[in-house]
Amino acid sequence: MITRRLLQAPDGRGRVFLAILVGLAVVVPVLNLALPPASPLHVSTSTVALWGKYLCYALLALSLDLVWGYCGILSLGHGAFFALGGYAMGMYLMRQIGTRGVYAHPLLPDFMVFLNWPELPFYWWGFNWFAYALAMVFLVPGALAFVFGWFAFRSRVTGVYLSIITQALTYALMLGFFRNNFGFGGNNGLTDFKDILGFNVQAAPTRAALFALSALALAAGYLAAQAVVRSKAGKVLVALRDEESRTRFLGYRVENYKTFVFTLSAAMAALAGALYVPQVGIINPSEFAPANSIEVVIWVAVGGRGTLVGAAFGAVLVNYAKTTFTTGLLAPYWLFALGGLFVLVTIVLPKGILGLLSKRAPPAPATADWPAPRLEGAGEAPMRAGTPSGQLNRDDRATARPPASGLPQPAE
Amino acid sequence: MRVSERWAAVVLGLALWLLGSLGVEAQSYESALEKFAGDSYNETDAAIAGIAASGNPLAASVLEALQDARLLFGDDKRIFLRDKAGTLRDAASGKPVESTATLKPVRINNRIRRSIEAALGGLTLLSADPGKRLEAAQAVFKSKDGKALPALEQAIGKEVDLGIKRALEEARAAVLIYSPTATEAEKLEAVGQIRRRGDQDARGLLAGLPGDLSQSLRRTVADAIAAIDNRLAAWNVVQNLWYGLSLASVLLLAAIGLAITFGVMGVINMAHGEMVMLGAYTTFLVQEVIRGSAPALFDYSLAIAIPLAFLVAGLVGIAIERGVIRFLYGRPLETLLATWGISLILQQAVRTSFGPTNREVGAPHFMSGAFELGGLTITWNRLWIIVFAGIIFALLLAVLRFTTLGLQMRAVTQNRRMSAAMAIATGRIDALTFALGSGIAGLAGVALSQIDNVSPNLGQGYIIDSFLVVVFGGVGNLWGTLVGALSLGIANKFLEPYAGAVLGKILLLVIVILFIQKRPRGLFALKGRAVEA
Repeated sequence: MITRRLLQAPDGRGRVFLAILVGLAVVVPVLNLALPPASPLHVSTSTVALWGKYLCYALLALSLDLVWGYCGILSLGHGAFFALGGYAMGMYLMRQIGTRGVYAHPLLPDFMVFLNWPELPFYWWGFNWFAYALAMVFLVPGALAFVFGWFAFRSRVTGVYLSIITQALTYALMLGFFRNNFGFGGNNGLTDFKDILGFNVQAAPTRAALFALSALALAAGYLAAQAVVRSKAGKVLVALRDEESRTRFLGYRVENYKTFVFTLSAAMAALAGALYVPQVGIINPSEFAPANSIEVVIWVAVGGRGTLVGAAFGAVLVNYAKTTFTTGLLAPYWLFALGGLFVLVTIVLPKGILGLLSKRAPPAPATADWPAPRLEGAGEAPMRAGTPSGQLNRDDRATARPPASGLPQPAE
Repeated sequence: MRVSERWAAVVLGLALWLLGSLGVEAQSYESALEKFAGDSYNETDAAIAGIAASGNPLAASVLEALQDARLLFGDDKRIFLRDKAGTLRDAASGKPVESTATLKPVRINNRIRRSIEAALGGLTLLSADPGKRLEAAQAVFKSKDGKALPALEQAIGKEVDLGIKRALEEARAAVLIYSPTATEAEKLEAVGQIRRRGDQDARGLLAGLPGDLSQSLRRTVADAIAAIDNRLAAWNVVQNLWYGLSLASVLLLAAIGLAITFGVMGVINMAHGEMVMLGAYTTFLVQEVIRGSAPALFDYSLAIAIPLAFLVAGLVGIAIERGVIRFLYGRPLETLLATWGISLILQQAVRTSFGPTNREVGAPHFMSGAFELGGLTITWNRLWIIVFAGIIFALLLAVLRFTTLGLQMRAVTQNRRMSAAMAIATGRIDALTFALGSGIAGLAGVALSQIDNVSPNLGQGYIIDSFLVVVFGGVGNLWGTLVGALSLGIANKFLEPYAGAVLGKILLLVIVILFIQKRPRGLFALKGRAVEA
């Protein structure tokens, strides 16, 4: 039944998206491995790795869209979950180096030998097993998101306050991971990987396989997110995004829904990070930088918030532009372009590119109704001629819009 | 003023000393000098002691000559020294002479070398330069060399500067405590003297004493160490408070403009840090112009930069508000993104026009240097920044409290729609508020240019901290921002010694995150029905 629901969920656009992803997962490795380099259709291994990276970013953007587009939680710390997933995978890859490191220590990674660590710290135990590492990829960021979300949502921390503390979270983690005595390689992070599951991470077949896996993971993430937002719980999420207090008054345990979707989203971001690390060959604390997390938000905004497909599309588009810009003569102007993109998209394209292309109303919200922070004054939409938002008072809006979900279900 | 007084006192003291002791000294100096001709180590040693004690102005150059084997004696027992230029001089008078006699250098060995060094150390205790005397006293305090004792006594007798005299007495006490010959009473008194000094060096001196002391002395020393420890702990607290206050003033400067825009408009301005940066670069430009065309005005560069920085940052603020934020009211999360984009653009613009490296911003005369207060070193720039932050805070309070603009700003903060109904042009107030908040960030930039690197990344370092201050203190309340800045600044400095700088910061972030769970609206939340709307 679950399978049926997963497959039924996508709309036309979603099916196209899935078809593209599956097609990429099959065709690109074939073009890379089966064709000789001289062939015009050959895809070089570096291109495969680059696009594999884009797909990981797309999954990260998708996870952010799930919380931001459908639940109104603007997380400025999603890079933290991505990086934690990456670190978990990086720890597995470090342990696979074994005696091939510079110091050829059988147990300790190079940086620990260098820092005179006597033995492997307990939190590194078990990372030589892939299954354990894979579990940690989901469990550690998931647990962090669960605890963080549980506290934050239960205390009704919303709006910009929530954004700021998610940013503080990733900032604190960045400061911590920069320290050598944290046991994660400090500044340099984890790198010099050799094998993954016995295959050389540098080899073309491994790269192609990782690319295919990234495409499939993105497809799976899309299906999971789609299943969530199409479910009844998804309707409640949209309801609480638009009118949190009212949803609560209707009897829904808002914090439970939020915690659930935040944790799920964190796990998706972590998977993206885990797939990202073997493809780029390094993970270091700068992945935690608050600026990275904010950049993810702009990917989502460019593609179209609350559309899932748009988020993935925006991530690939912006990152492709970034690669093109920063490798050419235009490198000094990239930040101008990125900054301009932030401004333009928020003012001119509030629904993103997908909203612009699509005449059919996507499940994106009317942007005028974004929940304002619960501040005095600012909580009320300003009364000003020429501003499209907030001319209606709350009672008008209540009558003008039907309830978000058909039958209110009181939460247990 | 103080320096000239001190010089006058020194000159007077030297004159009195010369008058009183000239005759006797000439005698003892010459008789000591003769002993060098004895050509035995014992006599040379005695001669050194005599020369050092004589106080003759030539004593130092004689001893230095001896050290470098430039002190010579002839068959006629006359002593000569060859100065560094190679001229032969009579050691008794210092006048250049011609000598035909065969001259032999005075021989020295290691024992003599030690004596020379101790004697020279003692001689600088009597130097005319107060800085050298103080240095010498401190050196003796550290070396605890018994040979310096006579020179010390002599120096204490002559010293007129109270600070140096105390240093000399402490040096004598240090020598006495470690001296095997000093009496019990002398030692007890010396311990008291060291105890009054009461710093880390004093503690080290007492703690380093050998165990074979008499009962009473040991008790006194233990008491003294305990007293010093208490004093040090107290000063440590004061010092942490001071550092915390200093950090708090910086946080307050960076956060206060943010508090206004956030409080009035509910707008998170991610480009706030870049306004600080613009202020700092304005200061840099002002100083460049002054260096190039009117170096005499350099001490006034900050006074010139302050209004300019306010104007520059304020105008950029108005441009941002009119150009971008105006279209995003009621959508705070999108405002956050748009202002982040603006901050990227501003940073890159500064990077392309001024380069990515740190630019040099000088400190005017009154802001450089430091002074001691008890066990505390206070740098002038930190002190002035605290004063500056206080002035800005008071001015802002006054603006909010006593001006029409302030009244209208408070009205809009409390109830935007009601204010609009009362014919307050909320759009105009928004623009002015944003300009005011940005202008204050520019002022913060002038101050921060004195203690931080002026680089395109200047603002980024402050943005998260200032958000935390605002969120912690509660929105729409300047006093909340003040309390937030003070508590975060001081807590940070008190955590640092235990947890280290980075871990302390992480701890603080965690504490603030937990605090926001407990009080989601900050320390001083606005109360009332409108808040829940």
